[in-house]
Amino acid sequence: MNPFRLVTPTTVQEAVQAFARHQQVDAGLSPSPQPAVAYLAGGTTVVDLLKLGVLTPRVLVDLTALSDSLAEISVDADGLSVGALATMAEVAAHPDVARAHPAVVQAIGSAASAQLRNVATIGGNLLQRTRCPYFRDGVSACNKRAPGSGCTAVGGDTRGLAVLGTSDACLANYPGDLAVALTALDASVSVATADGGAYELPVADLYRLPGDRPDLETVLAPGDLVTAVRVPDGGWQASVYVKVRDRASYAFALTSAAVALRSQPDGRIADVRVVLGGLAARPWRCREAEELLRGGPLTPETAAAAAATCLVDARVDQARAFAVELGRRTVVRALLDAHARVPAGA
Amino acid sequence: MTREIASEAAEPPAEPPAVDLAAGSATDPPVVTLVVNGELHRLTVDPRTSLLDLLREDLDLVGTKKGCDHGQCGACTVLVDGRRVLSCLTLAARVRGPVTTIEGLQASDGSLHPVQQAFLDHDAYQCGYCTPGQIMSAVGCIAEGAASDEDSVRQAMSGNLCRCSAYVAIRQAVLQAARELESAP
Repeated sequence: MNPFRLVTPTTVQEAVQAFARHQQVDAGLSPSPQPAVAYLAGGTTVVDLLKLGVLTPRVLVDLTALSDSLAEISVDADGLSVGALATMAEVAAHPDVARAHPAVVQAIGSAASAQLRNVATIGGNLLQRTRCPYFRDGVSACNKRAPGSGCTAVGGDTRGLAVLGTSDACLANYPGDLAVALTALDASVSVATADGGAYELPVADLYRLPGDRPDLETVLAPGDLVTAVRVPDGGWQASVYVKVRDRASYAFALTSAAVALRSQPDGRIADVRVVLGGLAARPWRCREAEELLRGGPLTPETAAAAAATCLVDARVDQARAFAVELGRRTVVRALLDAHARVPAGA
Repeated sequence: MTREIASEAAEPPAEPPAVDLAAGSATDPPVVTLVVNGELHRLTVDPRTSLLDLLREDLDLVGTKKGCDHGQCGACTVLVDGRRVLSCLTLAARVRGPVTTIEGLQASDGSLHPVQQAFLDHDAYQCGYCTPGQIMSAVGCIAEGAASDEDSVRQAMSGNLCRCSAYVAIRQAVLQAARELESAP
């Protein structure tokens, strides 16, 4: 692990300014393909990647002292607001979250392990990195870790990598669960910037496709600090998160699906959201599936027809071919699960 | 390189002293004050040091095991402020709150913690390597109220892997300890 210095700001302003200051200092010292400064929240992603030599910052901006102001969970007329430094465990256990957005609790509860959820933060969870073995081994040619070096996954071991949203430069999948559920719920993140400003950004717009710059995973500028997640009251009658993986717990998704829906009094679908996870470069909103379902009944047949549209653009090889059918079935399962949870007579 | 400045079996302060990391760097290592199993330790730490390595290498508390060192097996589970965490992914310099390891679980008179006793009663181990982590995780799991039945234990303990596959006995032990602790006055 390369040596680093820990700095411990006590306010958001101090944090973003410390990041900018240290980034400037390092820019003068030596060019590096890797970011010289990184934020450190729970640390479950950053410390792991530090040990692998994948992340090599000279300075870590420790956000621990900000917890008091950025760990709150509250509900108001606009919806749910979750501080970015709230832990996954705190959010999943919060009664307001369970009542308003079951899919969020399901997504968080299916992620990681109890020990990790006690420490990992909501903001950090959204910004987790891919589990692609070539990214993580620290030495393979990897355009995400070392821009321009190539993609060892192309022609390599691709099981578990993405079939949607990939490019010739990168096959990495986004492995997180919460972001998939938040995309389905039209959530947004609040972001603080180094110049003292702030902006709001839909989670659906947070993640970039790899294209020819897989090293740029989000639209955040270096130093931007996610401070909160907001989930509006979308009037959904049911929301679910279904996760399919090699073992029953403590594993990343092979495929996953978040569904939120609202029925008309006659039982037909008034509105629906379908988002795929596990097998895509970023949370994958399935607008065609939603369009097919709107205004009609939700049956196993209509669910299957909708699910079929989700993966038409999949780019597969032999190792990942299974993910297409598995992905379709995951969507069907999530749709029918959500439908079954709509209150009777609603 | 960690250097212990002072260690005393003093009464731990109610609020652990703030860590002075302002001057911290690899060449000017931060000074950290840690309460581990009720003992106060003051050490200089390379910021890169994990809590796991500090416990094992510098405090000679080798009960906590290094399985994967990457947060994937749970063998390194300890309690920080009563919550179960992975010590391999915890930077020692950032620990806030008292640390409890397997060595700190038994009572001062030497009697075993109910979870330890339950593991013995159910023979919930083979090689024993995952066992300290399983026990600490079980203590945390029961404190979280997550050990209500076999299914909830299966889910809540899934962060601790056991290659000898003692899972069935481990679950029984956790359930027994949970019943005992939850009915205790």
